[in-house]
Amino acid sequence: MNTDIVDENFQMPEPERIGQERGALTRIAQEMVFTVDHKILGLMYIASGLIFFVVSGLMAVAIRVQLAVPGNHAVPPDVFNRLFTMHGTAMVFLVGMPIIFGFANYLVPLMIGARDMAFPRMNAFGFWVFFFSGVLLYFSYLGAPGLYAAGSAPDVGWFAYSPLTGRAFSRGHSTDYWTLSLLLGGIGSMATSINIIVTTVCMRCKGMTLGRMPLFVWLFLVVALMVIIALPPLSACQIMLTLDRYCGARFFDTQAGGSAVLWQHFFWIFGHPEVYILILPGFAIASEVIPVFSRKPIFGYPVMVAASVMIAFISLGVWAHHMFTVGMSSLGNTFFAISTLLVAIPTGIKIFNWIGTMYGGKLRFELPMLFCIGFLFQFLIAGLTGVMLAIASFDWQLNDSYFVVAHFHYVLIGGLLYTIFAGIYYWYPKALGKMPNWKLGLWHFIVFTIGFHVTFFPQHISGFLGMPRRIYTYEAGRGWDLWNLISSIGVIFQIVGILFFVVNLIYSYIWEKDAGDDPWDAWSLEWATTSPPPPYNFETIPEVRSRRPLWDLKHPEDPDWKFE
Amino acid sequence: MTDMSAATTTAADPIEWKLPSTRKVAVISLILTESSLFTIFLVAYLFYMGKNLNHPYPADVLKFPVLATAALLSSSFSIVFSEMALHRGSKAWFHIWWAITIALGSYFLWFTGTEWHNLIFHDHLTISTNVFGSTFYSLVGLHASHVIIGLFLLSLILILSLLGKIPKDHTEHIEMISWYWHFVDAIWVVVVTVVYVISTGVPNV
Repeated sequence: MNTDIVDENFQMPEPERIGQERGALTRIAQEMVFTVDHKILGLMYIASGLIFFVVSGLMAVAIRVQLAVPGNHAVPPDVFNRLFTMHGTAMVFLVGMPIIFGFANYLVPLMIGARDMAFPRMNAFGFWVFFFSGVLLYFSYLGAPGLYAAGSAPDVGWFAYSPLTGRAFSRGHSTDYWTLSLLLGGIGSMATSINIIVTTVCMRCKGMTLGRMPLFVWLFLVVALMVIIALPPLSACQIMLTLDRYCGARFFDTQAGGSAVLWQHFFWIFGHPEVYILILPGFAIASEVIPVFSRKPIFGYPVMVAASVMIAFISLGVWAHHMFTVGMSSLGNTFFAISTLLVAIPTGIKIFNWIGTMYGGKLRFELPMLFCIGFLFQFLIAGLTGVMLAIASFDWQLNDSYFVVAHFHYVLIGGLLYTIFAGIYYWYPKALGKMPNWKLGLWHFIVFTIGFHVTFFPQHISGFLGMPRRIYTYEAGRGWDLWNLISSIGVIFQIVGILFFVVNLIYSYIWEKDAGDDPWDAWSLEWATTSPPPPYNFETIPEVRSRRPLWDLKHPEDPDWKFE
Repeated sequence: MTDMSAATTTAADPIEWKLPSTRKVAVISLILTESSLFTIFLVAYLFYMGKNLNHPYPADVLKFPVLATAALLSSSFSIVFSEMALHRGSKAWFHIWWAITIALGSYFLWFTGTEWHNLIFHDHLTISTNVFGSTFYSLVGLHASHVIIGLFLLSLILILSLLGKIPKDHTEHIEMISWYWHFVDAIWVVVVTVVYVISTGVPNV
C-alpha cells in the first residue's frame, strides 16, 4: 500500500496562460479576473474583506470621535446615522461573511484532500457577486440621491426597521441601495454555501469519513447549511420591502393593515442565525489551532460536532429575543427566553472541551494560540452578557442600550475577529510561504487587546446607566461622560494594534524566513502539500485512516488509526 | 517532507470509498434553500389572512383552479414517464412525454396569466389594494416565476435533445431538472391549499 502524498518524480507541465507575455501587473489582474482556483478566490475573499474592514472600521472611529465628549458636533447628525448604518451593514455582510467564506474556500478542499471546490466557476461567480454587492452598497454615497445631492448613504440602521424604511420616511434611493446590495450579496452567499456543502459531502478523499473530517470542515458544513436555510428569509424581506417601495405593496404599511412587527420577525429569523453563521467559523479556527498548539488531539471530538449541530438547530428558534420589547405574549417571551438560554449548553460544552484540550498539553504560545486564548476569555464574557440579555425582564431594561452594543462587539470582535487573526497567523505560512513575525504579532496582540477592552468594556457600564445606542450626542452630567471618553480613547490603541497587524502581513512576506511545508508540526492534510500549495493541491490524492492523517504519516510506528 | 514520503502505513484492509453525486447534493441544497424562501412568503400570507381593511377578500374573488392544478400535478407524472422512456432507451417516447410536460406546465402558466388578468381588470385587486393583494401576488408570483424557470429548462433540454446535442451519459443532468420540476409541483400543492382552500374559508376580522 503506497500512501505517498509527495511524488518526488512528478513534473507538472508548465501551463500555457493567456497574458503571460504582458507585464506583471496586467498578468496579476488578469489572473484575478479569470481565476476559478479556490485558493486564489479564498485569498481574494479575505483581502477584500480586510479592505472593507478598514473602511467600515474608520467609520466606527468617526462614531467614537463624535461620542467622545457630550454635546459634540464632530459630524452632522444625518452623517452620523449613515455612519452607524454603513458600519453595521458592512461589518456583517462585507467583512464577516467574505472573510469566513474566504477561509472556507481556501481550506475546505485542502483539508479534505480535494483538488478544488465542487463547482469552481460557481465559486468565482459567488465571489464576484459578493464583491459587486459591496461596491453597490458603497456606491450609494455617490448614487443614492440621484440628481439631488451627493453623500446620501443608507441611514436606517443595519436592521432597517419598518416603517422607517417606507417610502414616506426614507426618501431618495439610499434604502434601495441597501436592499439591492443585500439581495445581491445573498445570492452570492447562497452559491458559495451550496458549493461548500457539495464539496464537503462529495469531494472527500479516500478514507475521509464524516467522523474523520477535521472539525474545521464539520463546522463549515454546519455553517453552510445554516446559510442556505437562514439567508432566504433576508432575501424575502428585501423582496417585500422593494415591492412596498416600488409597487405600492402593503407588507409593512401599517396604515393599510400591514405590520411593522412582521419585518422584525422576518429580519431576525435571518438575523439571529446570522450571528451563529459568523461565530461558528471562529469556533472552527479555534478547534484547529488549540489542539496543534497544545500538542494534543481535540478533546471530545464527537461532542464538539454534536454541540455545533445543536447550536445550529437551536439558533433557528431564538430570533424573537431581539424583540422582547415589542410586546409579545408572556408565552412568546418565555419560549424565546428559554430557547436562547439553551444555546448556552452546547456553547459551554465547546468552551470546556477547548480547555480540556489545553489541560495537560504542552502549550506553545505562538501567535495563533495567543489569539485563541484571548478568544476563550472574551467569548466567555460575551456569552455571559448574552445569557443576561436572554432574560426577558432584564432585556426590557437594557434593550437598545449600549450594554447590547458592548455585548455584540464582545461576540464579534472578542470572539470572531480574534479567531480570524488566529486563523490568518496560523495559515499565513501555508498561503504565502513565509512565517509571520512573532514580535510584531505579539505587539499586535497586546495593543489590540488593551484597545478592545478599553473601548468596549465601559460600554457595558454606560448601557447600565441608560445610554441608548445610536444616539447622535448626549448632555453632560448623566454619568455617561467618563465612560464614553474612555471608550473613545481605547480606539487609538485599536488603530495602533491594527497597524501592527497590517505591517506584520507586509513585513513578514518580504523579510521573514521561508516557512516550509509544515512549520507548526500540525496534523491536517493542508500541511501535507507545499507552501503555498500548487494549483492542483496534491500531486497524489491522499488516503486517510484517522482524524490526524499527518500524524499517521509522521509516526508510522504509532498511528492514530490503531486507536480510533 | 522526505521522511514522510518514505513512510508507509501498514494498514491491512484497503479503503472502500463511494461518494454521492455532486449534482444530486447541489440540487437538494438548492431545493432546501428555495423551500426556505417560499416558507417566508407563505408565512406572510397566513399572517395577513383575515386582516384586510378593504375589499376584495379572498373568498370574494378566488375560485379553486381545478384544471390548472390537475395539469401541473399530472406534469409530474408525465416527466416520470419521460425519464422511464429515457432509461428504456426509447428516445421518441422521451421526447413525447417531455413535450407533454412542457405543454401541461405552459397551460398552468397561461391559467395564472388569465387569472391575474381577471383579478386586476375585473375584480380590481392589485398588489397595492390591500394586504391580501400584496401577499397573494407575491406568493403566487414567486411560484409562477419558478414555473417559468422550470419551463425554460425543460424547453432547453427538449431543443438540445432534438438537435442531438445531449451526450448519452448525461441522463443525470436531465434527472436533476425533473427533480426541480417535482419541487415546483410540490410547492404548488402547499400554495394552492393555503391560498385557495384555507384563506377563502377565513373570515375577515
